[in-house]
Amino acid sequence: MSDDEKPVLLTIRDLCIEGYADETWLEIVKDVSLDLRRGEVLGLIGESGAGKSTIGLAAMGFTRDGCRISGGTITFDGIDLRAAPVTERRALRGKRIAYVAQSAAASFNPAHKLIDQYSEGPLIHHVMGRKEAENDAVELYRRMRLPNPEEIGFRYPHQVSGGQLQRAMTAMAMACRPDLIIFDEPTTALDVTTQIEVLAAIRDIVEQFDTAAIYITHDLAVVAQMADKIKVLLRGEEVEEADTRTMLADPKQDYTKTLWAVRSLQRDEQPPAGAGETPVVSVRDVTAAYGDVPVLYEVSFDIHARRTVAVVGESGSGKSTAARVITGLLPPLSGEVQFNGETLPADYRRRSKDQLRQAQMIYQMADTALNPKQRIREIVGRPVEFYLGLRGKALEARIRELLHLIELEPDDFIDRLPSELSGGQKQRIGIARALAAEPQFIICDEVTSALDQLVAEGILRLLDRLQSEFKLAYMFITHDLATVRAIADEVVVMKEGRIIEKGGKTEMFTPPHDPYTELLLSSVPEMDPDWLDHLLAERAAGRAGAGVKSADA
Amino acid sequence: METLISILFFLFWAALVIAVAALAAWLFRAVIIAVSPKNLAKVLRTAPLTASFGMLIILIYVVVSVLAPAIAPFGEREVVGGEYLPWDSTYILGTDNLGRDMFTRIIYGARNTVGIAFVTTALAFIAGAIFGLLAATVGGWLDQILSRIVDVLMAIPALIFALLLLTIVGTSIINMILVIALIDSTRVFRLARAVAMNIVVMDYIEAAQLRGEGLWRLITREILPNAMAPLVAEFGLRFCFVFLAISALSFLGLGIQPPTADWGSMVRDNATLITFGDITPLLPAGAIALLTVAVNFVVDWMLHRASGLKE
Repeated sequence: MSDDEKPVLLTIRDLCIEGYADETWLEIVKDVSLDLRRGEVLGLIGESGAGKSTIGLAAMGFTRDGCRISGGTITFDGIDLRAAPVTERRALRGKRIAYVAQSAAASFNPAHKLIDQYSEGPLIHHVMGRKEAENDAVELYRRMRLPNPEEIGFRYPHQVSGGQLQRAMTAMAMACRPDLIIFDEPTTALDVTTQIEVLAAIRDIVEQFDTAAIYITHDLAVVAQMADKIKVLLRGEEVEEADTRTMLADPKQDYTKTLWAVRSLQRDEQPPAGAGETPVVSVRDVTAAYGDVPVLYEVSFDIHARRTVAVVGESGSGKSTAARVITGLLPPLSGEVQFNGETLPADYRRRSKDQLRQAQMIYQMADTALNPKQRIREIVGRPVEFYLGLRGKALEARIRELLHLIELEPDDFIDRLPSELSGGQKQRIGIARALAAEPQFIICDEVTSALDQLVAEGILRLLDRLQSEFKLAYMFITHDLATVRAIADEVVVMKEGRIIEKGGKTEMFTPPHDPYTELLLSSVPEMDPDWLDHLLAERAAGRAGAGVKSADA
Repeated sequence: METLISILFFLFWAALVIAVAALAAWLFRAVIIAVSPKNLAKVLRTAPLTASFGMLIILIYVVVSVLAPAIAPFGEREVVGGEYLPWDSTYILGTDNLGRDMFTRIIYGARNTVGIAFVTTALAFIAGAIFGLLAATVGGWLDQILSRIVDVLMAIPALIFALLLLTIVGTSIINMILVIALIDSTRVFRLARAVAMNIVVMDYIEAAQLRGEGLWRLITREILPNAMAPLVAEFGLRFCFVFLAISALSFLGLGIQPPTADWGSMVRDNATLITFGDITPLLPAGAIALLTVAVNFVVDWMLHRASGLKE
């Protein structure tokens, strides 16, 4: 596919965008330039705060509240978007430039049917009449490979799964056949198995209509499948831009190389525990339900000291519920949880202080896991004071020691509020709070999934070090198999509340697999730009987990 | 022609009053920024003129009520001259229906009405917030019982309910404070419960529960600090409502009893003067209105800050 002769659609030159914070304007995008030809897909990658989304929105001549475009030009098909009056820009949006947001669930209006929301754009821009728009919707739903294209449009957003909603959103963006679509992390919130279908559908439809696209993501493997060329951003500045294959094979800048290298973190499997050793945590035949809805069926697994058990599965597979049973938040219907061979009371309220102390938890969203009104001193110090009874100087010394352990300078951080920390630092404080109780066992619930790859790698290394230092047992809940490869000793694969397969990591990553494990493993995007094509071809031929229904189907 | 002139005249005065108020507010803000410590000064700098005007007015009311005996030219209950005397140099705002000095009574009225309103609001808040947070945190049957009781109380129109209760228990200042506090605490309860409901589902509350923290610490250390902003804003608004309720009850004769000076009953006692085109009886009403507006200005600013605050 040669796009070089095609006319240039979007030109951005020396774009500068400022954001208002703490009573001053800070530059969040600095001198970024890009050219996009018709039918071309540009991948924008970078960590959070790199300005990817801001640039994506600026391509529509739009900035978020509290931001302003302070310099440069944005030219879309000969129209200067900065100089164009509001009415002209509004006429472009939705009709010639469309936007697909990260969370389709949050972007659809829950009170209207999908097809009504689909028709809105064409009707406002007088592209089609109502009847015509509805017929067109069905056609696009079919092209997006949505099940029951004829009637899915008459459902409300909550009646449709996440992956389907994301595809409906892409179809909606296509409604007016725009020249340019901006995809802002469209698959980040989806499971790997669902992601494949959305990626394939997006790629096809962009090709069919020869639409230009800006694809924003932090996932390199995803961008490798989607984009013709890639631009790497760091703190609002361009690091480098190149053709996808060149960029993957031969990155020029050091920063790009480190991004590429992160995925290589891997830990050797620890030797399995001796047969006679009592596991720290033992989950025995646990069946649990939320009200009348059963979520776990006879789940059993053991976690030994110094070992990490990764529990993987799609969303809704019951992995977090298993953690809630262990912590006592959700008493099981039957079965029990043993700690060092001794049965724990099912309800956390009936557990002793010491039993509570021994099992700690680290949460996925550090933002909601730390009380925003408490200072680090109190967040980390409270478990020390509460469980170990330290006071005054001894307490202060222990807090400082804990901050040292998680590699944060005590003098700098001890009096800060969580809002004064970055995402990775917040997660470190979450770890310190768990360590403060001096536990034997820690549950890590998707601890790295909200973090950038480089930061996530730092957290994983820290957890790994702490494990060998304090002989900790980890239960690691994740949907990211790269993380599993990096940190796990044993893997438990879950689906629809049941354990599909469990065993040592090496064994799990070597064929033959259970078909569902195969589906999960094969769905993890790889850096190879041909990976998606190969996988789709394999699945069409009936291999690579083709026979298994993913949660989305 | 004459109407036009009077309209212009009115507009001129209105503009003058607003300009003076804005200038006073601006000066006041400059002064408090200069005298307050650094952190506070940073916050105050974000205050719009309306908010600083509100703070200025509230400050004046507080000073007047505290220093009432020193400022007032006569005693609160002292009959100083004939009835309904006009404004002059001795009786700045004339005298009332019993020959007491109006100006003095307005000053003492600030002390009584504002003081009682403050105590009532504080009581309503302590009760409403404690029960609201408790209902949200414990949940289950406790929440059901408390919420249903509140529903029942709220189903009866507030003023009628207050009148009813006051006729049952008898009119005294203490009774009035308790009755109004009870009625208003139901509104606070609903707000506190709604705010806390959003907080108790946070992971940090789950972490504290799993740590084994007791109920009291959970409420005071983990939930309350995060619910403070909306509660403080509500306090300002609620204060206005309580204030108006007291004045309304006094006007109806069930509130603060004579001879204690009170703005609501002062309007009622001197209402006959209005028919003669004298605006004096409206001055206490104006004092009520001004304080209500001032408090709302400050509350608006606080709500704005609470909604856009980073912390």
